[in-house]
Amino acid sequence: MRELSLHILDIAENGIRAGADRVAIRVEESSAGDRLTLCVEDNGSGLPEDKIARIDDPFVTTRTTRRVGLGLSLLAAASRRCEGDIRVESIRGKGTRITAAFRRSHIDRAPLGDVVATMEALVLGHPHIDFCYTHRVDGEEFVMDTHDLKKELGGLSLSDPLVWRRIAEAMRRALGALASGSAPSLPLEDADA
Amino acid sequence: MPELTLEDLKRIKAKTTAAMALRLGHPRATITVHLGDCGISAGARDVMQALLGEVAESRRPDVQVLAADCMGNCASEPNVTVWVEGSEPVVYQKMDRDKIKEVFRRHLLEGEVLREHVLGR
Repeated sequence: MRELSLHILDIAENGIRAGADRVAIRVEESSAGDRLTLCVEDNGSGLPEDKIARIDDPFVTTRTTRRVGLGLSLLAAASRRCEGDIRVESIRGKGTRITAAFRRSHIDRAPLGDVVATMEALVLGHPHIDFCYTHRVDGEEFVMDTHDLKKELGGLSLSDPLVWRRIAEAMRRALGALASGSAPSLPLEDADA
Repeated sequence: MPELTLEDLKRIKAKTTAAMALRLGHPRATITVHLGDCGISAGARDVMQALLGEVAESRRPDVQVLAADCMGNCASEPNVTVWVEGSEPVVYQKMDRDKIKEVFRRHLLEGEVLREHVLGR
């Protein structure tokens, strides 16, 4: 896939298919360590052990619609060709955590891409699921938790395109500032402190 | 100053309450974008983004956009299913930003099925 944010969307959709009602996504970038790490954690039904052992095999899938499962094997390949690795932790009935690491400056590392578009597809496409997006760059952090947002918005629906449009604009500004290192970005839960 | 503060949310809430008042009741049309790995690789996220832009512009409170899994027709992704109350669902294939805008305007707003883009025609 041409952007890491598309992998994020794909892995998050896997969690939702596994019955999750909460998906946490973390992107962590470290200049000093030259690492970029993606982590997608869900509270779905978990992956069977035999499937975890064979994540590199595109012909292994939990799907019933077709017999190939490309998503996780693509992410594994992407991280490994960038001096990274993938870790899959799963507990049946509790959830799954997928962590993929990359050498940040590796020439083959795909750009992170449009994470706001990924969050948009997730948040609006699955109005009854909560998503928490955390992005950390060298210790500065941005957090968007739809559970908190829904509470603050009261009767308004976060998945309404008009409401979301304003949230997305704010998110783009915050992530832009985070990427340029020009402004601090506090976690949302500290907003009323 | 954090970008997404409580004040921001209050402002968003105030600005959108009036528009939301019109958005009550059950959806009378649902557009489902299939976001399996095949669809995502083929551009389904772009399709969803373009579609949500159209829905926001149209001020149609009765149109709902949802994400769903791959429907098994990976070769024709991105696939989008359009359901309008009182009719059978229609699956459109090989969508892109421009095609989904056309589907939204002509099928959703004007009631015309775009046969040239229907899957399994």
